[in-house]
Amino acid sequence: MIKQIFEIVLLNVRSIPDRLGASLVIVVGIAGVVGVFTALFAMARGIDSTLIASGDPNNAMVMRGGSQAELNSSFSRETYELATTAPGVRLSASGKPLVSGELIVIAELPKKGEKLGSNVTLRGIGEFGLELRPSLKIVEGRKFTPGLQELLVGKGASVQFEGLTVGNTIRLRGADWTVVGIFESGDAFESEIFTDAATAQTAWGRPNFFNVALAGLTDPGQIEAFRAALTADPRLNVEVRNQREYYTAQTGQTSRGVKVLGTAVAIIMALGAIFAALNTMYASVSARTREIATLRAIGFSGFPVVASVMVEAMLLALIGGVIGAILAYVFFNGMTVSTLGGGFTQLVFNFRVTPELVVFGMLLAMLIGFIGGLMPAIRAARMQVTTALRAA
Amino acid sequence: MKYFNLIWSSLWRKKTRAWLTLLSLICAFLLFGLLQALSVFFSAGADFVGASRLVVQSRVSFTESLPIRMLPEIEAMPGVKAVSHDQWFGGVWGENEQLFVFANDPERLRITYPEWKMSDAEWAAFKNTRTGVIAGRKAAEARGWKVGQKLPIKSNIFPKKDGSMAWEFDLVGIFDGIDESWQAQTLGLYINREYFAEANQFGSGFAGVFNVVLDDPQQANAVAQAIDAKFLNSPNETKTQSEKDFNKGFFAQIGDIGLIVSLILVAVFFTILILTGNTMAQAVRERIPELAVLKTLGFSNGTVTALVLIEALVLCAIGAIVGMLLASFAITGLAENVPQFFGSVRTNATVWFQAFLAMIGLALAVGLPPALKAGRVKIVDALAGR
Repeated sequence: MIKQIFEIVLLNVRSIPDRLGASLVIVVGIAGVVGVFTALFAMARGIDSTLIASGDPNNAMVMRGGSQAELNSSFSRETYELATTAPGVRLSASGKPLVSGELIVIAELPKKGEKLGSNVTLRGIGEFGLELRPSLKIVEGRKFTPGLQELLVGKGASVQFEGLTVGNTIRLRGADWTVVGIFESGDAFESEIFTDAATAQTAWGRPNFFNVALAGLTDPGQIEAFRAALTADPRLNVEVRNQREYYTAQTGQTSRGVKVLGTAVAIIMALGAIFAALNTMYASVSARTREIATLRAIGFSGFPVVASVMVEAMLLALIGGVIGAILAYVFFNGMTVSTLGGGFTQLVFNFRVTPELVVFGMLLAMLIGFIGGLMPAIRAARMQVTTALRAA
Repeated sequence: MKYFNLIWSSLWRKKTRAWLTLLSLICAFLLFGLLQALSVFFSAGADFVGASRLVVQSRVSFTESLPIRMLPEIEAMPGVKAVSHDQWFGGVWGENEQLFVFANDPERLRITYPEWKMSDAEWAAFKNTRTGVIAGRKAAEARGWKVGQKLPIKSNIFPKKDGSMAWEFDLVGIFDGIDESWQAQTLGLYINREYFAEANQFGSGFAGVFNVVLDDPQQANAVAQAIDAKFLNSPNETKTQSEKDFNKGFFAQIGDIGLIVSLILVAVFFTILILTGNTMAQAVRERIPELAVLKTLGFSNGTVTALVLIEALVLCAIGAIVGMLLASFAITGLAENVPQFFGSVRTNATVWFQAFLAMIGLALAVGLPPALKAGRVKIVDALAGR
């Protein structure tokens, strides 16, 4: 039996080149489905992994109560001062509490090759702002000098927006700001522009106001004590969140649109591909009518015939799936694009074609091949030997 | 037309194949309709928006509020008929549901937005009730609000003077849109700016963005430039653009939707081209003896070519029409169920026209090669089975 199956499958696979045109339909159809599926979900994956990598679990964010997002929050210097004295805060080498009071403004700059402006986050950070982001590395130029209108630009923002290169000057709120450095961090901050908090407060006319205070804790467990101390203080109305969790919570909403689009498109395309596969496999069975009938006449049972058709369909599907995944990888993996992230600003990310996505794409291809092969295979096995021999 | 039966029966010569090809075509045009409707919506922005209105925002970005003291200055500029101002309130309903709440001046709102329809009594109540709020029909219906009700709305930006983020407003009116597309946009709420300015902790100095109505819409560019020039080099530099461009810019920030859609559609149509092309070629190959018989009966080469081509056209046309109808149903369903995103997305005339072009192109690409081949069939060879 096994030998029968093997022989007949081999016989059939060898004859695929004779039906090249029709076989191509399955391959191209499934390559299309898998390619589009992989590309769209690589985008969603890129957004999620950028956000998940953001924030340090040792950091706590202090925002005004009920503000939900950094941008909505706002508080005065007093709140910031109280955060620096709360329990659980780590000390710097110089013995000062590691807290960065940060002001966020949204600046509208043109993206490369576009005329309409897009929003980018401009973050004024405190003395320890960089130290509290250990994954951040300056790859070109230097840090801004406090007091001067200088900018340290994230790599992603530098790639996406016009004029954010070292030495260049951009105009914001009637003043010139010079880009003095570029940093890499592999997370959401790469989409931002950093400057000195006090300078930003002056330039935007918000002296002593902050959006968020970022506090480095001695260990993540200290956040309870830290939160308890701040929320118990009657002078304050604040909420305290773990910085890593703050960004992880954004993953779902930002990538949701792409995931919905990807799922809808993949389902409709997969349906189309199933019809195409059915068409090809019915044609393949009908082209082999005489061959199959002869095999049945000399004593082969129905199952090897079914197997041969199924193997053909799944093999073609797999080839299509591989081609689709390769195309998606070659054209899209690592491609840098940006979309509207949390807080009305651009989030820059890279497409990520991950192994799980490829495996899932292959499973999708095999499923289409399976459904597309099943009914034609059953028809082939049920063929009336005598009629089939005469008809051919 | 007299050949229609001939074409129709050759189309259904192999039933299974014809059905399967048709179903794949329907899938392709369903996707085309859905994606192209999205793409047209995003690239055209909201086309229905009154072009005669300008939006004045801060040069830095629209999230920076402009100060209210700019209002009389803008109002005094030549060509400006009326000005109102929208301040984003950061409204939150219930636990976490975002509401589109803006603080505006009731009288100014009514003049600058004639697209919002409400009874005189309701406008008067909005003007006279300090804590009044008016809601768009769709926003109100979605949450079952009735006029006279108190709405507890939280702000995620503005605390009241006592530091609390929980505000309460009296619903004094529900407004409708002037036409179907404006009705789809009735998702927002307006609160009374005077009360908001007094009651919030951050003071009364800011206005948000300004909406400017012009005497003559033809002067839009000139007035926009004049406004921007007036505030140049001040701490509040402005960026003035038409309301349409303002919306377009907002959608453009989501990403290059048009490019993504085009890439998907290229993949879809390449696949469908191979599939249908293969089917048509096969159909003609099987029929060569029949075609020879037709020619023997006196059909010219040209007629045979035309017959095959029309067969391809009929197949593609059925697929396109059914697919586009399905897409229209799906989009209407989406628009009703998720109005905040898809409220104005439609398979409109532009989309149908694009589908028509795609259908003709596809029919020619898949039909022409086998049609030409059919026209060239030699009677003697074909009948002899060579």
